Amino acid sequence: MKRLILIPALLSMLAACSSTPTKDQDAAAVEDRSGGAVAATPAQKPQSPAAGPVTKPLQPSTVSANPLKDPANILSKRSIYFELDSNVVREEFKPVVAAHARYLQQNRGVKMTIQGHADERGSREYNLALGQRRADAVKQAMQLLGASAEQIETVSFGEEKPKATGHDEASWAENRRADLAYPND
Amino acid sequence: MNSTARTIMPAHLLILVWALLCAMFAPVASAQLRIEVIGGGATQIPVAIVPFRAEDGLAQKLTPVIAANLARSGLFRLVDAGGMNPVPHEPEQVNYPQWRARGADAVVIGAVSKAADGRYDIRFRVLDAAKQTQIAGFVYFATESQLRLTAHRISDVIYERLTGDPGVFATRITYVAKRGSRFELQVADADGFGAQTVLSSNEPIISPAWSPDGNRLAYVSFEDKKPVVYVQSLLTGERRAVANFRGSNSAPAWSPDGRRLAVTLTRDGGSQIYLINADGSGAPQRLTQSAAIDTEANFSPDGQSILFTSDRGGGPQIYRIPVGGGAAQRITFEGSYNVSPRHSPDGKSFTFIQRNGGRFNVAVQDIATRQVQVLTDGGIDESPSFAPNGRVILYATEVRGRGILAAVSSDGRIRQRFTADAGDVREPAWSPVVSK
Repeated sequence: MKRLILIPALLSMLAACSSTPTKDQDAAAVEDRSGGAVAATPAQKPQSPAAGPVTKPLQPSTVSANPLKDPANILSKRSIYFELDSNVVREEFKPVVAAHARYLQQNRGVKMTIQGHADERGSREYNLALGQRRADAVKQAMQLLGASAEQIETVSFGEEKPKATGHDEASWAENRRADLAYPND
Repeated sequence: MNSTARTIMPAHLLILVWALLCAMFAPVASAQLRIEVIGGGATQIPVAIVPFRAEDGLAQKLTPVIAANLARSGLFRLVDAGGMNPVPHEPEQVNYPQWRARGADAVVIGAVSKAADGRYDIRFRVLDAAKQTQIAGFVYFATESQLRLTAHRISDVIYERLTGDPGVFATRITYVAKRGSRFELQVADADGFGAQTVLSSNEPIISPAWSPDGNRLAYVSFEDKKPVVYVQSLLTGERRAVANFRGSNSAPAWSPDGRRLAVTLTRDGGSQIYLINADGSGAPQRLTQSAAIDTEANFSPDGQSILFTSDRGGGPQIYRIPVGGGAAQRITFEGSYNVSPRHSPDGKSFTFIQRNGGRFNVAVQDIATRQVQVLTDGGIDESPSFAPNGRVILYATEVRGRGILAAVSSDGRIRQRFTADAGDVREPAWSPVVSK
């Protein structure tokens, strides 16, 4: 899985990714740093061959050519969390949704799956439909930002694939989410 | 019913059924469910089960199974059958005044012998201790592997003749057992014995549903990283994806004729109910039209209408829609969360899950009067379904964080808990009566 390539220097970001979604400041910090990383990845600054010696900072050795798997890239953030009985994409997750929408817009051949989830309370089939509704809400937001409907399939796992296995609000909050999955994840 | 000696003999038919059942379930030892009974019927019929002649030599004694079945139903009280001299096996050996003195209303006697073809000849009679008459008498021919099923069939006869309702001891249940990270779809006898795994997967399995003939299961498997509806033959083990459209495919429900399934699809956006052919052929026909969630369809026994869960009014409630199409009508009004409807076999009522505060309970609503009776007071009950005689509702619940199966009589008086040796058990469904 994508997380295997993380190095310790970036573990704080991983913690931000997997922590409960209520910590706004964590999400904001990730957003700032990864914004810089996205800008640095493509060769946007052609340099004149006639220029003199150029100094270059040492690049982290683990930066991948694939932005989806680059832990410094916001595209490596794949989970969007929801409030109870809600399918509204919260403010703090809009940058993640926007980044993936932009990626799909720039890569029309790429397809992705959005997997909706629900917490364990109540009917399994109704929860499956609630998870679907969350996945559909994320898809709709991404379409408004330029992704095309054909690029995104929305499915639901309902309550069947919990990220946290406890039976309390902290676990339930972890499990009310939509995960973004690309074919080669 | 006519209670005079209706002696013996639907045997060749039974043998055919048995042969099919044996082909379906080659004997495999597996973890078993144990059943514990809580409560009892308002009136229990006192019945004496006399050990059958020569059953001691059998690999599977019959009368202990019969006695356990009747006791577990909560509708019978077992009268001590020991110490009679002679032990009666034939009607003329029965000392009726002695049985009356012990309080028995009915006495069951029987005998086992070897038939010419090597099978066992098992004959039994149910006798009315007060009227001193025979209520029922049958003979069965069974091989050794059919002894347990024979005991269930005898239990069904006793139950039916003494209560007036069909017995369901010879039926089966299906459920999903989670062991570690494995998911196993299992089928067991209604008493929890003989559990066999018919599908094993690393991904979740939910919503198993019996075909009306009891030979197929429809279910939802996540093995392709999304929910897909399969139909699997229990006779051959063959299976086929019957709903694998873009998006999610779930909540299969059989039409009473076994030819169609109602399923929930999201292929057109949102969870909506469609009708498909049970063999997966043809194009789905959309049944509901809403911007909300419509799911958990269940056909009425006459095949004319479907109950389903919808949150078109805000929270999830139960609605009814004609199968031929038309307007959906809301039918639950008590409480803010009513889900998972399943018709009773007579179509007059349905069972469902109602949230009361933080609890999820099994309830029954009469369709004509809309009267609701909440039957359980547990914490997290799910997936209720009626036994084919309508007397018992099987459901999933949780005890100390572990999923178990439980059953409650449709009047709420008798509870049973099925405890498995290990793992987490959920998503139960009771089979139809396969054939007599």
